[in-house]
Amino acid sequence: MTPEGSLLSAEALHKAYGATPALDGAEFSVHPGEVVAVMGPSGSGKSTLLHCLAGIIRPDSGTVRYGPHDLTRLSDAQRSALRRSDFGFVFQFGQLVPELTALENVALPLRLNGAKRKEAERQAREWLERLEVDAVHGQRPGELSGGQGQRIAVARALVTRPRVIFADEPTGALDSLNGERVLTLLTDAARDTSAAVVLVTHESRVAAYSDREIVVRDGKVKDMLAGLI
Amino acid sequence: MSIGHTLLGLLESGPRHGYDLKRAFDAHFGHDRPLHYGQVYSTMSRLLKNGLVEVDAVEPGAGPERKRYAITDAGVTDVAQWLARPEKPEPYLQSTLYTKVVLALLTDRNAAEMLDTQRAEHLRLMRGLTERKRGGDFADQLICDHALFHLEADLRWLELTAARLDRLAETVRA
Repeated sequence: MTPEGSLLSAEALHKAYGATPALDGAEFSVHPGEVVAVMGPSGSGKSTLLHCLAGIIRPDSGTVRYGPHDLTRLSDAQRSALRRSDFGFVFQFGQLVPELTALENVALPLRLNGAKRKEAERQAREWLERLEVDAVHGQRPGELSGGQGQRIAVARALVTRPRVIFADEPTGALDSLNGERVLTLLTDAARDTSAAVVLVTHESRVAAYSDREIVVRDGKVKDMLAGLI
Repeated sequence: MSIGHTLLGLLESGPRHGYDLKRAFDAHFGHDRPLHYGQVYSTMSRLLKNGLVEVDAVEPGAGPERKRYAITDAGVTDVAQWLARPEKPEPYLQSTLYTKVVLALLTDRNAAEMLDTQRAEHLRLMRGLTERKRGGDFADQLICDHALFHLEADLRWLELTAARLDRLAETVRA
């Protein structure tokens, strides 16, 4: 798929860790409301690709376009602000703040963006309900099951209504039933809000929730729809 | 598995007698079920009739004459089309997929590309089943899950084979 009309795109990305190349001319694009699965064997560069696309790390060369921005040219502070306002993140192990309740965890991104506590918590409750975990809103991460914790992580990723959601093996630590429910809720919510989802996974059953998949091998990207590497 | 396509693929490296074809088939693909001579000769007759092979030489022997078969241009095209066309994903495909990979390697075609094409076809079907699960009732979900688990097993095999292509190439070309 061409980057035309894409929300986020990358061209000719190169990134090496020491002498080891992680990305070697990788290309990528995702459109609004589209779920793209990023697949590939361990160590192929898929997490590095996600980190470059999300502006977490800067590639050695190449461009990452998001709206009018080239993320590779923004300062750390600018990229950090963009991540807070426009991007949402879900990782394999929730990475919730252990000292905060489920509700406070979900409200946190809104609070960091300057929302008042009451309003942030009102919106957070809406997402907890949607993710079917409102009943545990007062509990801390240590008191939650893996499935509940991951749903709260998804709620936290969605609460700011991000335009792009980055999910790195979001169900890797869950059993089949919980994993499927989390994926259904995540992709439904993303489509409802026209958010794009970049879904890194090595599981085909997870990738089956996407609209299309790309495969990363040796730092290069193959778009399975276009058949090009 | 298509025995006709497999024998055609084996002929691409050079003309062979029926007996040599059977031996090559058994060595690569007949671990559990060696090919019967009758199958070889009936298949070759059909391929001959369809213009996909031709008799390259006839050698007199103690018994019946021995025919040496060669693949025609139409036969090469037929093999190429078969290898490039993804199989309809269904349970127990592995013998056909394995045969296609080995033949692609033996005939210096792009086996990785063939595996990717098949992989995309499997995932396309998995997407359809996942979508059906979203809107289906409980029975529908269980039926789709059964198909999804089978397809997932095939896909894992495709990925593992893709990662081991170099080693497989060494083995089959030895």
